[in-house]
Amino acid sequence: MTIFNLAIELAYWQQTIIRSVLGLVAVLLPAGTLVYLYLFKMMSFMQSRLGPMEAGPYGSLQLLAEVGKFLQKEDLFPRTADRVVFKAAPFVVLASTFLLVLVLPAGPDAWFINIDTGVFFALAVSSISVIGILMAGWGSSSKYSLIGGLRAAGQLVAYELPLVLALMGVVIQAGTLNVQEIVLAQANGEIFGWGGIGNPFLITQFLGFMIFLVAVQAELTQPPFDMPVAESEIVTGYLTEYTGMRFLLFFIGEFATAGIFSALAATFFLGGWYIPGLDPTDNLFNLIGPLVLVGKMLLVSFLIFWFRFTYPRFREDQLQQLAWKVLVPLSLVNIVATGVLKVVF
Amino acid sequence: MNLEASTQQLSYIANQASDARVNIELETEGMTLNLGPQHPATHGTLRIIVRLDGEQVVSADPVMGYMHRGYEKLTEVRTYPQVTTLVNRIDWLGSFANEVPFILAAERLMEVEAPPRAQWIRTALFELSRIANVVLFLGDMAVQLGATTPVFYAFRDREFVLNQIESVTGGRFHPNFDRIGGIKDDLPKGWIQETKDVLVRIRSFCDEMQDLVVGNEIFQTRTRGIGIIPADIGLSYGLSGANIRSSGVDWDLRRDGGVGLIHDQLDWKVWTHPDGDSFARYWVRLQEVRESCKMVDQILDGIPSGPIMAKVPRIIKVPPGEAYVETENPLGIMGYYIVSKGDLVPYRVKIRSASFNNVSITPWVLKGVYVPDVISILASLYFILGDIDR
Repeated sequence: MTIFNLAIELAYWQQTIIRSVLGLVAVLLPAGTLVYLYLFKMMSFMQSRLGPMEAGPYGSLQLLAEVGKFLQKEDLFPRTADRVVFKAAPFVVLASTFLLVLVLPAGPDAWFINIDTGVFFALAVSSISVIGILMAGWGSSSKYSLIGGLRAAGQLVAYELPLVLALMGVVIQAGTLNVQEIVLAQANGEIFGWGGIGNPFLITQFLGFMIFLVAVQAELTQPPFDMPVAESEIVTGYLTEYTGMRFLLFFIGEFATAGIFSALAATFFLGGWYIPGLDPTDNLFNLIGPLVLVGKMLLVSFLIFWFRFTYPRFREDQLQQLAWKVLVPLSLVNIVATGVLKVVF
Repeated sequence: MNLEASTQQLSYIANQASDARVNIELETEGMTLNLGPQHPATHGTLRIIVRLDGEQVVSADPVMGYMHRGYEKLTEVRTYPQVTTLVNRIDWLGSFANEVPFILAAERLMEVEAPPRAQWIRTALFELSRIANVVLFLGDMAVQLGATTPVFYAFRDREFVLNQIESVTGGRFHPNFDRIGGIKDDLPKGWIQETKDVLVRIRSFCDEMQDLVVGNEIFQTRTRGIGIIPADIGLSYGLSGANIRSSGVDWDLRRDGGVGLIHDQLDWKVWTHPDGDSFARYWVRLQEVRESCKMVDQILDGIPSGPIMAKVPRIIKVPPGEAYVETENPLGIMGYYIVSKGDLVPYRVKIRSASFNNVSITPWVLKGVYVPDVISILASLYFILGDIDR
């Protein structure tokens, strides 16, 4: 089944392309705007200020204003920059963001691609952004960018591991790598024999959820893990030389990635599009599923941005220590415990 | 020299030489990073040339003078009352405090003394400008370490202090209010009660920073044991103010200097910290804001009545002579050395500003630290560019 019953039969690759384009246009842009506005307002209230107020009612069109502003700016290149690499870098980062959204199911039949290796796919494409960041850092031919790019590469590689290992618990418990089936496993599951609210893995995989959130924070290079873009020391690192449209792509991409990782966390740990008490096969979920997912996503992104605006940043060596000495052993313990409990119950 | 000893010596030299060769072979090529003159962390135009090995600093060399405005020379063509409008632009965050030592030095040369009420109001404004200055540091240090929120709180609460300074002097940033022999105007009506309310806000701001910044684990791991300045090194580089007090040196000119201001009549405490690291510098400044609140509170309660100006001639001519007066300003010790030839204008003025010495320790303290710590150490040393370059 597909979302739309198309009159003509399409090949698999044609369907995939149509779904991907739809995903970008119909889902990402409104979701990006909403997340952006929500996070800006939230951050402003935390910092005892009003935030954007002028563009549109209550500042709701701030994103459009920013896009307009950045589009007008001159497209500058550093004289010694590697032009091809410099130009391509933001698109590589953005591609990783866009590909991530494809595996997210928003209802029993509302999905873009439904593959059996969904979790694997998500984790694989999420690490493409490292290449883009390294390209940006190297191509800018600026010392700040180079330091930032190398720091980012080291950090993203280090935190990829806890990210993967934290999801292993979920995969073991659900018994599948298919994202849609992980949602269904949470909807139909039982917590030690009690199935009142299904089994959102947040409860049984609480440790995994925490590790996942920390690792996501690091993957997004946000405080307290924003050493690669530390604006007060290496002048936003690999972004230093970017202006205009390319900077905008990085900038929006950062917020969009934050939203999508939140949606992933919501899907893996909070039950995705499902609300307890309703039949998960109900056609109603194709309608309200996306809204439920967005609601849960905003909840998780609130957490992520709360950390972001409260904490100072770790030093490079300290955050490596956190990854290798704390998060990786903890997630291994989590996997072992989950496996044992899975076998016992 | 016998043969055995010389063989030993030769083998020792050969060992050393081979070690040196290995070191040269393994050495990685360094990188020179220019921090500044335009850099977000220097909030001004300070340039630090850093030689890096990886991310470790091999040597750091501060380059000053990008904002030199020649105040020492400019004072030579301005009458004494006109000088205050220049010098309160030196440390622009605590402007009123810049005027005080100059006026005190001129008063010493003219042998006049401000009446008690003027001295009390002077001290109150002196401490308020310290609060306005250091409160910003408390937020800014956190923003250098990546926490964006505290600086907004700092600006929010500093605003109230600036309002109080403005309602007395008419200037938020550059009051130009201190006069030889007293102050320009008396306090406006209702100011004392309003200031008391503001002090309550500042105290709650200090508590907020205690929770949000000092109590934060990441802040502590980033600052504890980083940038340690031992007391003797700090003293030999001429550090002053909270920077040297956080190295355990119990030295505060408000208590030990005994010039002009009335700090000796108030009940307060000089805080020191034994560690001498970045954390200690932050902590000591936080306590100093609290002490300043305490002092202003006592001044507001005990302010005497009376005139606010001593008898000084309409046209001020300072008798020939030399005077040096230094006070404990927000950034450290600030002193003015005035040479007068009996003219309308000073013959020569030498300004000793605190930040110049505080920054000159950077080559010593930055050696061997990581790039992120360069920023945190610089932030904790707390300099104002106008105060470095004058």
